[in-house]
Amino acid sequence: MYQENVIIQNESGLHARPAALLVKEAGNFSSEIQLVKNGKEANAKSLLGLMSLSIQKGDEITLKAEGEDAEKAVTTLRQLIESGFNE
Amino acid sequence: MSAKHLNGIGASPGLAIGKAVHWRKEQPQTEIYTVEDTDQEISRLETVIRSAKEQIAHLREVTKERMGDKEAAIFDAHLSFLEDPAYIDEMKNRIRDQKKNAEAICREVTDEMSNMLASLPDEYMKARADDIRDVGHRIHLLLAGIAPFDPSLLSPGSIVVAEELTPSDTAQFPPGIAAMVTARGSKTAHAAIMARTLGIPAVLGLGEELDKIQDNDILIVNGDEEYIIVNPDPDTEQKAQGEMERQRELQEAALKKADTDAVTSDGKRIQVFANIGRPADVDSALQNGAEGVGLFRTEFLYLENSQWPTEEEQYESYRTVLEAFGDRPVVIRTLDIGGDKNLPYAKLPEEENPFLGHRAIRFCLANPEIFKTQLRALLRAGVHGNLWIMFPMVETVSEIRQAKNLLKEARKELEDEGTQTAENIKVGIMVEVPAAAIIADLLAKEVDFMSIGTNDLTQYTLAADRGNELVAPLYDAIHPAVLRLVRQTCEAAHQEGIIAGMCGELAGDPKMTEVLVGLGLDELSMSAGTIPNVKENIRLIETDKAKRLSDQALTRNSSEEIRSLVEKNR
Repeated sequence: MYQENVIIQNESGLHARPAALLVKEAGNFSSEIQLVKNGKEANAKSLLGLMSLSIQKGDEITLKAEGEDAEKAVTTLRQLIESGFNE
Repeated sequence: MSAKHLNGIGASPGLAIGKAVHWRKEQPQTEIYTVEDTDQEISRLETVIRSAKEQIAHLREVTKERMGDKEAAIFDAHLSFLEDPAYIDEMKNRIRDQKKNAEAICREVTDEMSNMLASLPDEYMKARADDIRDVGHRIHLLLAGIAPFDPSLLSPGSIVVAEELTPSDTAQFPPGIAAMVTARGSKTAHAAIMARTLGIPAVLGLGEELDKIQDNDILIVNGDEEYIIVNPDPDTEQKAQGEMERQRELQEAALKKADTDAVTSDGKRIQVFANIGRPADVDSALQNGAEGVGLFRTEFLYLENSQWPTEEEQYESYRTVLEAFGDRPVVIRTLDIGGDKNLPYAKLPEEENPFLGHRAIRFCLANPEIFKTQLRALLRAGVHGNLWIMFPMVETVSEIRQAKNLLKEARKELEDEGTQTAENIKVGIMVEVPAAAIIADLLAKEVDFMSIGTNDLTQYTLAADRGNELVAPLYDAIHPAVLRLVRQTCEAAHQEGIIAGMCGELAGDPKMTEVLVGLGLDELSMSAGTIPNVKENIRLIETDKAKRLSDQALTRNSSEEIRSLVEKNR
């Protein structure tokens, strides 16, 4: 398993558009990917899951992945989050 | 059986008589019981989910064919829920862990997800709460083996009576439904939008009164006057039949004369144009007697693309419309993006207040390369017809000058390349910000025409978002403040000898035609279907009387008072 922590940069947090972008990106990897916030986990390939974590700007979250492309998946998603989803 | 008169919300205009058919939605009872073989329970759920997907995919196709891609998109959201692990895997996991039946678990997880979505601060996700309920209900019915409502019970002329109507319901309507009546819902509800799209009357929000309607009751549905009558006495029914007949005859007579110019009884010509959103709308505009295009929205080129549309793509679309209208004017509005219209590839920043933000001409002037691509396409296409270019959201003289400079640059570029450009084009602005109406005298000196966009002008003048149900009642184009701005804009235009037009929804309100002519508008642009009626109204108008009526309207205290003034005058 590979994991990294990241802090949410964009103003509006992980709401509809950024969450959808993240789910789409996560879908490109074969690994199981989880997002963890305050001990609560959600599947990064599920829009409903991400929405349920209600992630806001400034929240620290953990990206975890298990599988062949785990490291690449985590790095890519971390970069997407750090870019602030081009907002 | 005595007649019952019930009041509701008139969500779509018109009058219809027909037989009531209840669109019944079974609410299956959720029994909770323990299952031993959880694998078998999970596979029962999986089978049902496959069927649900097939049903939804079918509804998607039917809707796409009948109503278009935009209306069908809602079913993509439904399908995405059926593929979302947080929903589907969660249900399977809980069946395994809690050893409970699929119905109980489906109800439980759907409620949780729906409540979660409803609590989010994002309007779009909030709206998905109803969608996931709809999906959950479908799964539940399939699990319980309950057949959903059979739409074949409806025949042409039936009036649908329902608690409320979701997109999955209306997608199954057979053609020829006469009207819709519901217990819940408002003017912005899905049923309301659907009724207006289908062009049938709808009275919504009847509440518990709905239970007084039985299957096969005769209903009169009056969308204009916001009531229904259940089992009318023969006299009332006959009167309503007569009124429907009269409306139909008027409509037919108007359509026959649609191709004739609209001239008032004392000889003033008012040009009646069509609003269109894409080249495919041209046929219906011409059939209904459009004397030109008063608003060609160019956003479709941008919204339906995954990247900025090329000059060539744009040129082809503009040329098609210009050629179809020959020497009749075609007003093409330049890109109006931002506000509620986002483009994924434009990478527009999230804004706190998108309607007060970086949109329309503001965006175009800040992105001259994108803007010039459109201007070049317009200048080239203008060779093939009578082109009027219109800039949206303008509020300063300098915006007009900058835009015209870019137009000049685009022309110079094309000429240097040896490409032919249109010589005699008109350049104008859309008046849709109160500031523009207030300084219309200054702006009028810079342009060849002005067209009032009443939708945004109303929203900005009254500071009310019509998509927000809490303030939607405040949004009313007939507010005296909006009408005064219209009068002021017309006077400023005429002072400079240029044309004053209107291309918002108000322009197509047949009840207001006389007031609008009285306010001084020279051109009215509307959706194609209303053109014949408005033209027919214009022929009955006497300009002096219209002027007096509009003078009176401007001194009334409220929209209601203006409406009743107009009503009395008819």
